[in-house]
Amino acid sequence: MLEIRDLQAGAGERRILNGIDLVVNPGEVHAVMGPNGSGKSTLAGALAGRDGIEVTGGSATFKGQDLLDLDPEVRAREGLFLAFQYPVEIPGVNNAYLLKAALNEVRKHRGEPELDAMDFMTLARKRMSLLDMDDALLNRPVNDGFSGGEKKRNEIFQLAVLEPSLAILDETDSGLDIDALKTVAAGVNAMRSPERSLIVVTHYQRLLHYIVPDFVHVLYRGRIVKSGGKELALELEEKGYGWLDAEPAAATA
Amino acid sequence: MPQIAISADSYAAQFAAVKRTAPLAGPLASLRDDAFHCFDRLGFPTTRLEEWRFTNIAPIVEVPFQAPAASGGLDREVLDALPLPRSGAPEFVFVNGSFSPDLSDPSGLPPGVRVRSLAASAAGGAGGLDVLTAHLGRLARFQNHAFTALNTAFLRDGAVIEVDGGVVSERPIHLLFASSSAPAPVLSQPRVLIVAGAGSEVRIVESHAGAGDVPYLSNAVTEVSAADHAVVDHYTVVRQADAAYHVGNLAVRLGRASNFSSHTITAGGAIVRNEAGVVLGGEGGECTLNGLYLGNGRQLVDNQTTIDHAMPHCDSHELYKGILDGRSRAVFNGKIIVRLDAQKTDAKQSNKALLLSEDAQITTKPQLEIFADDVKCTHGATIGQLDPDALFYLRSRALSKAQARQLLIHAFAADLLGHIKVEAIRRGLDALLLERLPMSGE
Repeated sequence: MLEIRDLQAGAGERRILNGIDLVVNPGEVHAVMGPNGSGKSTLAGALAGRDGIEVTGGSATFKGQDLLDLDPEVRAREGLFLAFQYPVEIPGVNNAYLLKAALNEVRKHRGEPELDAMDFMTLARKRMSLLDMDDALLNRPVNDGFSGGEKKRNEIFQLAVLEPSLAILDETDSGLDIDALKTVAAGVNAMRSPERSLIVVTHYQRLLHYIVPDFVHVLYRGRIVKSGGKELALELEEKGYGWLDAEPAAATA
Repeated sequence: MPQIAISADSYAAQFAAVKRTAPLAGPLASLRDDAFHCFDRLGFPTTRLEEWRFTNIAPIVEVPFQAPAASGGLDREVLDALPLPRSGAPEFVFVNGSFSPDLSDPSGLPPGVRVRSLAASAAGGAGGLDVLTAHLGRLARFQNHAFTALNTAFLRDGAVIEVDGGVVSERPIHLLFASSSAPAPVLSQPRVLIVAGAGSEVRIVESHAGAGDVPYLSNAVTEVSAADHAVVDHYTVVRQADAAYHVGNLAVRLGRASNFSSHTITAGGAIVRNEAGVVLGGEGGECTLNGLYLGNGRQLVDNQTTIDHAMPHCDSHELYKGILDGRSRAVFNGKIIVRLDAQKTDAKQSNKALLLSEDAQITTKPQLEIFADDVKCTHGATIGQLDPDALFYLRSRALSKAQARQLLIHAFAADLLGHIKVEAIRRGLDALLLERLPMSGE
């Protein structure tokens, strides 16, 4: 599905990712954890093709293609989805309009017929029920005036409609209370399948109670310094990230 | 400047010809004489005048525009091809300023609403001349306004709309002004008078367009008199040809507790200048001035508004938005006057511009003159580019860069579109904003 080799990236003069290696197979759930500033969001942004993140070395192959060579919209049409840490408010653009346009772009790319307004609404309502979302949100401007929880739900709702093969959740848990967190996690879990992979980027272990990962990676100073199973997340919760500073040899190895 | 002298001479000869070929009854004849005298004295404005500082009309002055032959004709196919918002009758068509009964369809006007050509009104009958002498030239003052003076001097035809007291006219009344310039550059001078009686309600759409590559000057003047408790919803759509010039002056006076809203949409023309002046002349009046202007190529769009709070307890809301691409330029000047007696005034003004290219420019100036002491007046101006975060968000949702840009451009104008109650205008703008911005002048 996704193969990242020695990925190096930065923003402006600043180097942030110093050689990331990560292989994600179909159906796997990988958690990428790390303290603030470790490069988690830069990794998510580099994979999605965010402007201002400059890849300076290494490679990322997605379904056999050079991912880094593709425009962001082509990555999306190929089945990569980024759930934003800070979903952007776009006053004046209707939520349903955007999502229908997005879905039809993806379907066109796959060679599938476009959905008309009725079929789209049927699908959208079904997916909204997964996330316990209010129908009214469909007809509001994208994220405009949404609460923090509504924004995150909206991201996962988009995921559920677009059915990507690889979804990257960038700190989807941040700012959510426990009820919202459970709802969002249930939505994500409903979308898990043997063909769909997830990269869950998070600072805290909390979300991983509900979205149980197959692998956990610790990102520190732009490198993955430790990888393991789901028990690694529990260990991190216990020990925090302080030990990374105490073990500089391990961190830079 | 020598061109101005030459130009004024050529208009003097034409003025003499108009007086000869299209004589008007006494009071209107002297109105015309006064107006030409003013035009002759004023000459075309130059950038030395404060109100014209950023709008250089030298290109207009240089063209030898000719007042059109008495009655203008136009093929229906040519009319149908013009980018005018239309939603069927009642619809009145004017070609180079003259009423064209063949192209018009007056059906659907409710009783108590009269739409007549200015020429027919001036020829008398059913008190037509009284309405003209009571209002014409009194709202759109020409004493210090060369273009309005020029329009008034060449007064011959136009539209006169009268709505009797208490009458509600539900369907929009469309006034279509088509300019047709071949073979020589034409001076097309639309003139409109709207008289809304007490407690009446009317919605009027004035749209302006033209065909061909030959430049023309559309110099439009509209006067609106709204009596007490009248509601007037007015639209001006300017979609002139690339080579054309348009100067419009909308002059409005509101009675007690009346409500006037204006929506001025500009999308086409080499130089377009829209002036709107509203006098809140009775207590409790309300006025909304909205505008959307699109510029591309080397277009210049200038919006000048004046809201005169002459009486207490009046509200005014003003929102103008511009979308500028290419090397286009825009000017916005919003004057709000709050007179000494106009206590409890609530005036809000905002101008927002979206610049899509490095070379597009906007000059924006709020001008508040407040003489009363118990008032609320706010104004604001913002200038921005498309939000890169929003662009990336949309592209990450599989939309192409072009789609994402267009969606955001449309979104920028969404609140203004929401206020437009004429479906045909909204549809036209949706298409314009989502498909492409008008290309012009390059």
